Amino acid sequence: MLSPAETEALTLSLSVAARSVLFNLPIAILVAWLLARARFAGRTVFDAFVHLPLVLPPVVVGYLLLVLFGIRGPIGGWLYQNFGIQLAFTSTGAALATAVMSFPLVVRSIRISLEAMDRGLEDAAKTLGAGAVDRFFSITLPLITPGILAGAVTAFAAGLGEFGAVITFAANIPGETRTLPLALYTALQTPDGDALAARLALISFALGLAGLLVAELLSRRIRRTLGR
Amino acid sequence: MLRVQLRKRRGDFSLEVDFHAPVPGVTALFGRSGCGKSTLISLIAGLLSPDEGRVQIGEDVLVDSERQYELDARHRRIGVVFQDARLFPHFSVLGNLQYGARRLPRGAPTPIGFDDVVSMLGLGAMLRRRPQELSGGEKQRVALGRALLGQPRLLLLDEPLASLDLARREDVLPYLEKLRDALAIPIVYVSHQFDEVLRLATRVVLLDGGRVLADGDLAAVSRHPALREIVGPDAVGAVMAGVVERMDAAGLTVVRVGDAEFVIDEPATPGQRIQIQVLARDVIVAAARPAGLSVRNVVSARVVSVTPDVGRAVLVELDIGRTATLLARITSRAAQELGLSADVQVWALIKAVSLRGHVFSAPAR
Repeated sequence: MLSPAETEALTLSLSVAARSVLFNLPIAILVAWLLARARFAGRTVFDAFVHLPLVLPPVVVGYLLLVLFGIRGPIGGWLYQNFGIQLAFTSTGAALATAVMSFPLVVRSIRISLEAMDRGLEDAAKTLGAGAVDRFFSITLPLITPGILAGAVTAFAAGLGEFGAVITFAANIPGETRTLPLALYTALQTPDGDALAARLALISFALGLAGLLVAELLSRRIRRTLGR
Repeated sequence: MLRVQLRKRRGDFSLEVDFHAPVPGVTALFGRSGCGKSTLISLIAGLLSPDEGRVQIGEDVLVDSERQYELDARHRRIGVVFQDARLFPHFSVLGNLQYGARRLPRGAPTPIGFDDVVSMLGLGAMLRRRPQELSGGEKQRVALGRALLGQPRLLLLDEPLASLDLARREDVLPYLEKLRDALAIPIVYVSHQFDEVLRLATRVVLLDGGRVLADGDLAAVSRHPALREIVGPDAVGAVMAGVVERMDAAGLTVVRVGDAEFVIDEPATPGQRIQIQVLARDVIVAAARPAGLSVRNVVSARVVSVTPDVGRAVLVELDIGRTATLLARITSRAAQELGLSADVQVWALIKAVSLRGHVFSAPAR
C-alpha cells in the first residue's frame, strides 16, 4: 500500500515523535513541579523562558540548537569528545529539536494537573509517615498521570509534524531525518511530486486523527480508575 | 498528657492557645467555625509551623520554639482524620489502610492489629472497593482505620462528621464511641456540634477567636457563659457527669450525680459512667416540694445566681450539691413570684424523658 520511501518517512516520524516524548517527560515533570510548587527568585523569568519555543520561529530554535549542540558547540562538542555522541544531522537530533518545540505544551499540561490536585492528600500521606520523595511517587505522580499522558499525547501528535526546528538542526536526510513533513516538503520541491505530496498529506491526516482518538480513550480510562 | 502552647498569626487572625489534654480520653476542641480549631489541628499535626510555642506528648517534645526544634510531621506518629476524609483515590480501601502501616519504621511495635481495626470499624466488606464507591460515613471509617494503622500515639479528628448529613453521622458515631472505649490512645476531637461533644468527650477546650475561653471537664465548661452564646439559646443547659447506680422497678436507669439521684430513660449497666445533658428550658423550679406530679426527678437545690437571659426569661443557676449544677430558664415574672435570689432553697423538677444520657463503657480517666 505504501511505497518504501513513504514507509520510511512514516516510521521515522513515529520514532522521532516517540523519542521526543521520552526526552521531554522527566524534565517536563521536574519543571512543571518547580513552576507549580516551588517559590524561588526568578520564577517568572524561568516561566517565560520555558514558554519561549511557543513564540519563537522554529527556525530560531533550530539555529540555537545548532549553536549549542552542534559538533563545535559547547554542549555538542563535549558530548562528541567524551561519548562520541553526535546530535546535529541525526535522527536523535531531530527528536531533540522536536522535544524542545513541544516542551512548553507538556509542561503546561502537567502543571495544570499539579495545580488542580488536592494537596491535602499529600498532607494526609505526610501524617502517615511518608517522606517527600515517597509522597511524590506514591501520591503526586499517580494522581497527575492524566496530565502527563495528555501532555505526552499532545507532544507526540505535535512531534509528528515538527518541521522548522528539525530541518534547521537535523537537516533533511532520507532515512535519518526526513520525517513526514520533510518528505512532503521535498515532494513539493520535486517535479511530478504532487501525487506523492497528496498521499503523504493523507497519511499525516490519518495519523493525527488516530492520535487524537487514542488520547481521548486513554484519558477516559484513567479518569475512570481515578474516579473522576 | 498532651500539652499544647502555641502562637500563630495568619493575616488578621491570631491563634494563641495553652491547654492540656489527659491521656487517654477524648478532649473536644469546641467553637464556632473560624475560631481556629483547624489551624490548631494543623499545628499539632505538624502540617503548619507555629510562630512560637511548645507541643509535648508525655515526655516527648514535638515542638519547642525556644530550642528551634520542630519534629517533622511524618515522624510525629499523630493520626489525623480530616473533615473530607482525604482517602487516596488511586488506592483501594485496603491500599489506603495499609499506607501508613507500610511506612512504619522496621521493628516498630504494632499494638493495633489490622484485623482488629477492620472488625472494629466494620470495614471487612469494603476492602476491595475504591474510595469513590463509598458513602461519606464509610469514607470516614476508612480514614479512621488508616490513621489507626499508622500506630499513632495521638488521634486528631478534625470535624470528621461535619460533611455528613444527620443520618450518616450515625454510621460513624457509634464506631467513634467504640474506639474511645477500646483504645488507650488519647483523642482530640474538633467539632462545632455540641451534641457530638456531649456524646464523645469528657473534657472540653472552648475556643473563640483564636483564644481558649475555658478548658476543663465538660460539666464545668457547660456552665460557661461563652458556651451559651455558641450553642444558641435552645441548647443552653448543664452537663452532669454521673455513675449508673441501679435500674429501678420500672426499668428506668438511676444515676448518681454528686448527692443527687436522677432517673433517666437510657439503657445502661450499673457502674458505667454516664454524661447527662439537662436543657435549661426543661427544668422547672418549685418553691416547695410538689406532690401528685408525673415528673420523676425532684431534686433539692440552692440558687447560685439569677441572670437575664433571652427575651423575658432569666437563667437560674442551681447548686445540687458536690459542685453539680443545673441551669433553669424561667420567666423573670416567675422568678420574682418565687422570690428567687442567691442562696434561696428550691426544688428542681425534670422529667425523666427530657434527660439525654450518653454512656461511656470504660471509665474515661
